[in-house]
Amino acid sequence: MGELNTITVTDAVKALEARTCSSEELVRALIDAIRRRDGALGAFVAVDEAGALDQARAADRARAAGVRAPLLGVPVALKDNLNVTGQTCRCASRILEGYVAPYDATAVARLRAAGVVFLGRTNMDEFAMGSTTENSALRLTRNPLDPSCVPGGSSGGSAAAVGGNLALAALGSDTGGSIRLPAVFCGCVGLKPTYGRISRYGLVAFASSLDQIGPITKTVRDAALLNEVMSGLDPMDSTTVDRPAPSAAALDGEGLKGLRIGLPKEYFGPGLDPEVEQSVRRAVRLCEEAGATAVEISLPHTGYAIAAYYLIATAEASANLARFDGVRYGMRVAGEDPYELHCRTRAAGFGPEVKRRILLGTYVLSSGYYDAYYVSAQKVRTLIGRDFEQAFAHCDLVATPVSPTLPWKLGAKTADPLAMYLSDVFTVTSNLAGNASVALPCGLIGGLPAGIQFMAPPFAEERMLAAAHAYERARGPLGRV
Amino acid sequence: MSTATGRSSAAHMDVAYVARLARIAVTDEEAARYQSQLDQVLAYVEKVRELDLSGVQPMAHVQPLANVFRPDAAKPGLDRDAVLQNAPTVSGEQFLVPKIVE
Repeated sequence: MGELNTITVTDAVKALEARTCSSEELVRALIDAIRRRDGALGAFVAVDEAGALDQARAADRARAAGVRAPLLGVPVALKDNLNVTGQTCRCASRILEGYVAPYDATAVARLRAAGVVFLGRTNMDEFAMGSTTENSALRLTRNPLDPSCVPGGSSGGSAAAVGGNLALAALGSDTGGSIRLPAVFCGCVGLKPTYGRISRYGLVAFASSLDQIGPITKTVRDAALLNEVMSGLDPMDSTTVDRPAPSAAALDGEGLKGLRIGLPKEYFGPGLDPEVEQSVRRAVRLCEEAGATAVEISLPHTGYAIAAYYLIATAEASANLARFDGVRYGMRVAGEDPYELHCRTRAAGFGPEVKRRILLGTYVLSSGYYDAYYVSAQKVRTLIGRDFEQAFAHCDLVATPVSPTLPWKLGAKTADPLAMYLSDVFTVTSNLAGNASVALPCGLIGGLPAGIQFMAPPFAEERMLAAAHAYERARGPLGRV
Repeated sequence: MSTATGRSSAAHMDVAYVARLARIAVTDEEAARYQSQLDQVLAYVEKVRELDLSGVQPMAHVQPLANVFRPDAAKPGLDRDAVLQNAPTVSGEQFLVPKIVE
């Protein structure tokens, strides 16, 4: 076991159970690493040093008293859009300045019940709108593998914290790739569970029909452990499903043996960096050596996914973000009447990307444009869902690249919103179809990671994670790829 | 993955009007910038109209959920003081806003 801040959740659970380290020692090691390195990295927007140490000591006392819980004393970082009682929750926005959450998100409450210690809050694109975390109003986050590059987004702080060994694991949220893209960019594993697996109660809503909470971790097993604890029906989110949580124990099953892996030809076309493609194809060959069969498939409406996604996501966002009106929480800029108060507060409180998306969403829902844009996008969504249903009749999993390119330099795409949107081309489809997907690095190219994504039919997380785990073992440590 | 700039010259948003609907004050300079960026995005999303979508049902939601019911029972809500402490201005137990009617 290396330095305590570099270990996995799985090893932390073992060490805590064997009493070879305490939760307090783990938390102290992470706080020490954060103090030394987060000034430069920028992963956290708030570190609850005193609170985390209190929780850690309480976990150690509970263990000494014979209490057992699956993640007792394991520290986890949270994206800044998850409500935790008594903590600030700003979504990296000016408009939520001063807001203190009066309740726990269900995913947070479930982790708490499992014994998790909350270390701090991580940076993100404002309201999760972005692919690089550069849209944060609070600070700049760098890629731990190359500080001149973006960490990916929108959960870039969570990914940088885990990849930079400032957290053992972190939660993110994924509306169009916001867990998977940064996870891969920072050398981590990112899991977007099936829509409905994990309650969204207490996650500040971006696009409610697409948002899912999920873990960013160092290994597939760690992701499976957190996912198992967080999954399940919640009366506070009527879109959650009443099904047994995917078991992390499924990772010890057959893995890749006998699985048919579909490679959608539309994901390996123009626009994909040839080096990234080579890396993904090498990963697929490793899967074949581990007992899988690769088959070419087609997801014919892939080329329409980004357009449909940005119409649906911005439409839903324009409605969800109407609640930030300067009346009940957050900042207020005074006005003569409520209309002026709203307009001034929102002008001062939202950053440029959030304003762009609210404007686009408002426009596509407005009279005269609703059918042409919004309803057309919803019909395309049906076609994309049907693409996957038909594909999964021929294969057990789909494997694709995660990002068409390697992580790019900070600032490279900030002036061109559309170019930024197109970086989500391989991840938005899983949100539109509501299926499960997991992303992990498949190779380093010039020190920067390329990623492979495994997608599964809804609720087939166990099969998907077992396959990803088997691939991860076949791949070995990332540095050697 | 071309950005399809110039695919359609029809896509054009009246930013000043939409900003009023969205309750966001914008300066002329911001409006001009958003205008050119959003017209480019609109030209791109026109793609969804290339397809023959006749007979395709729109998908609002990935799950075939109908009404989800819960027992109609009273339960405690959030703590009032904790909620009100987040408000910019309050009066007693209420949120305070500028005068709405004369």
